[in-house]
Amino acid sequence: MSLLEITDLTVGFDTEDGLVQAVRDISLTLDEGEILALCGESGCGKSVTAMSVPRLLPPDTTRLSGSVKLDGRELTTLPEPDMRHVRGKDVSVVFQEPMTSLNPSFSVGYQITEVLRRHEGLSRRAAGDRALELLELVGIPAAARRMKEYPHQLSGGMRQRVMIAIAVACSPRVLIADEPTTALDVTIQAGVLDVFRDLRDRLGTAIILITHDLGVVADIADRAVVMYAGRAVEQATVTELFANPRHPYTLGLMKALPTAAVGGRLAEIPGMVPSPLSDPDECAFHDRCPRVQVDCRVSRPPLVRQAEGHLAACFHPGGQS
Amino acid sequence: MTEQAVTAGRAARRRRLWRRFRRRPMPMAGLVLVVGFVLLALAGPLVTGDPAAQDYLATLAPPSPAHLMGTDDLGRDAFARIAHGAQVSLQAGVLSTLLAMAVGIPIGLVAGFYRRWLDPIVMRLVDVTLAFPFLVFAVGLAAIIGPSLKGVVLALGFSQLPAVIRITRGEVLAVREMDYVAAAVADGAGDGHIIFRYVLPNCASPLIVQATVAIPAAIIGESTLSFLGLGVQPPTASWGVMLTTAQQYLSDAPWLAIWPGLMIALATLGFNLLGDGLRDVLDPRSGR
Amino acid sequence: MILRIDNLVKHYGQVRAVDGLSLEIGQGEVLGLVGESGSGKSTVGKCVLRLTDPTAGTIELAGRDITRLSRRAMRPLRRDMHMVFQDPFSSLNPRFTIEQIVGEPLLRHKVADRRGASERVSAMLEKVGLRQEMRSRFPHELSGGQRQRVGLARALVLEPKLVVADEPVSALDVSVQASVLNLITDLQRDMGFSCLFITHDLSVVEFLADRIAVMYLGKIVESGPKAEIFAAPRHPYTQALLSAAPVADPVRQRERRRVVLGGDVPSPVDPPSGCRFHTRCPLAYDACRTDEPPLTDTRGNGHPAACHLITADRIPDAAAHR
Repeated sequence: MSLLEITDLTVGFDTEDGLVQAVRDISLTLDEGEILALCGESGCGKSVTAMSVPRLLPPDTTRLSGSVKLDGRELTTLPEPDMRHVRGKDVSVVFQEPMTSLNPSFSVGYQITEVLRRHEGLSRRAAGDRALELLELVGIPAAARRMKEYPHQLSGGMRQRVMIAIAVACSPRVLIADEPTTALDVTIQAGVLDVFRDLRDRLGTAIILITHDLGVVADIADRAVVMYAGRAVEQATVTELFANPRHPYTLGLMKALPTAAVGGRLAEIPGMVPSPLSDPDECAFHDRCPRVQVDCRVSRPPLVRQAEGHLAACFHPGGQS
Repeated sequence: MTEQAVTAGRAARRRRLWRRFRRRPMPMAGLVLVVGFVLLALAGPLVTGDPAAQDYLATLAPPSPAHLMGTDDLGRDAFARIAHGAQVSLQAGVLSTLLAMAVGIPIGLVAGFYRRWLDPIVMRLVDVTLAFPFLVFAVGLAAIIGPSLKGVVLALGFSQLPAVIRITRGEVLAVREMDYVAAAVADGAGDGHIIFRYVLPNCASPLIVQATVAIPAAIIGESTLSFLGLGVQPPTASWGVMLTTAQQYLSDAPWLAIWPGLMIALATLGFNLLGDGLRDVLDPRSGR
Repeated sequence: MILRIDNLVKHYGQVRAVDGLSLEIGQGEVLGLVGESGSGKSTVGKCVLRLTDPTAGTIELAGRDITRLSRRAMRPLRRDMHMVFQDPFSSLNPRFTIEQIVGEPLLRHKVADRRGASERVSAMLEKVGLRQEMRSRFPHELSGGQRQRVGLARALVLEPKLVVADEPVSALDVSVQASVLNLITDLQRDMGFSCLFITHDLSVVEFLADRIAVMYLGKIVESGPKAEIFAAPRHPYTQALLSAAPVADPVRQRERRRVVLGGDVPSPVDPPSGCRFHTRCPLAYDACRTDEPPLTDTRGNGHPAACHLITADRIPDAAAHR
């Protein structure tokens, strides 16, 4: 049994324009000590999928079905007080924008110790010692001095490290990182990714990494799920995915990278993502797909096994290269 | 350039905003109240007859088919006076707000746009104005030009001025940092063009919302001043003046106080609900 | 030379955003100006377009010194240069239709009457790949990629000699970014404008720049032809930047030698003494802390770098030192 099992997750939101389907029929698993990347472009549903685990979606407008099990325990139906305990203790989240996710009125040290005292019931002194350890763990130099500083006194990279320290304070089983390095410079990003790797190696934390950056996926993830228009279109170990991308969308994303230019030109993916208001019966990618055939316009390809541990939702998957 | 294309685009935007507005019950209720109030002020006086006509046989009469809202101590029809009072309230509300906008928006625009030298001066003047008690100012003005609707409009307009300047300036400060303003500068646009075509139109939404807050405040302000004898003078009908009269007959003819009080409350509520709705619809963060 | 910047300085109060920067852009050349946040790269763009007044130094556009020209005197010159912005949401006036946005420069500079402007707007929209029915739309009705195309159309409608593009594709998704990058390449080849392309993303300039200049804390630390910079980066900072950007290939990425930089970018209010990079440089030695290394082209091949090791005729290799 996997640590986290998401089965047939479908998430929609009530809006003024009707029901917007953000995620449709996603199933995935996450093992202990595994780094799973959810990748895809904006609006593909990668964040919504991950945020369904700690139930950080607006409760009054969210329409959710399917199952999310952590250690065999169903989370979607868990009463809110129990869920609050799961959040922060078993599942924690690191957001993209480190400035807005820290409270500007309290010192960094206070914000970490507060979490430790609330969830772990540590004494003030014990929490202080643990906070210092955590700041050192995430690679903050002169941690003792930083404890007394306020968020605005820290740089973006340091703030993100503090956010990670807070997120891992209670040794969560699952850490969800939503575009954690997107707001950071590349030289800083490398260091923050190292922190994630280190957490996984030393604490066995399982990590769901939400990212649009295939370079980051290649660097750090063990497995990856590629999402398009709310659905998983491909899923494989990272080495397999990059070596043999089966879904034309995955391949399109890889070829669209500036580093993949051929003859001074980049491969484009023509057209646009379909509206999340519609739920077509055909393949959502068919009108942008170079491999489209009649069957793609008639029914939707299921996510099926292409090779060992490699799933793709395409009637005409690319062959072994 | 094709003017039709521009008009078509504008119309589409308006239709979309209306669609979003229409779905909300409270703002729609506000809109109904405001439209009712405006109709009462514009058409009411035409159907109700003379608000000064006295019926000595029916003084302080309760509501009846002849006098729908009853009569006052001089036998004047309360409904006719309510309708004429609505006219006065509407004038006071709209004229004072227009006055404040006409003076405040240009000051706010210039202060926000030429931040470096003009802004500190203007903002200190605004602070001084804010610190000046409104009633003292109204009394002083009444003393100089005599208590009248003109005085009420001037006093109310002046009291709204700081808010209009502040809001305009705040919006200008935000809008002038937008890249499209930089693009206009990079393109060689002059200040006037940038202010009127780029900055002002993009500051409009919060100012429209401000107007829906300012008008009811001014309606209450007019009633207050008239009630205190600093505004519209009897025998002219005004809700505030009506309340002054009603005060003496509260136990004998309570309807005389209830009608103007209710009207003030409904008109104010209407504008405020409408304002809330407009704020939601026009707010750029709610994805226009 | 279309653009020549000599010893440009721009201070915002205490902040030394640009602190002595020189560069040149030739006819039809695309220069990629690369730097991380706080490097001052965007300020350079603003100074070139005179959206902000330089503190010192000179800026020449096609041989004419424009550093101190008044706004009025600048006006006719603005036909020759324009800008493309990063944020596709805030760079277009929300109250204008696409036609008004693209047509306005034509009317302002009186290069066309209303009818002529309308025709040129049509032609320009076609060039940037937007359908004609877009002309009556407002910016909020367009996708991010379409808005960037409108931004390009506005910048190019007067056929300028120089375009300053400040992170024009950073806010876009990869697939959209690819089409906008292709478009910029095509337009640049067809129209022949020179371009100052400002970005944090090395892969983007690798795709479309002819030459690259790398900025750190208000100064250029290395510049040269694109192939040279990518094949043989000389400055330790350039080496770190190149090695830090992950490549989308797990096998290669996990085998790469990486230069891990310690610490943070220092504050531009109080930049470090000597070489500004010494606080993070794995190769720093005594001289780096006290003396500022000049930007020198030791081999005379148009690939200067500002590093004491290079001046001392040694080849820096930041990756070898961990």
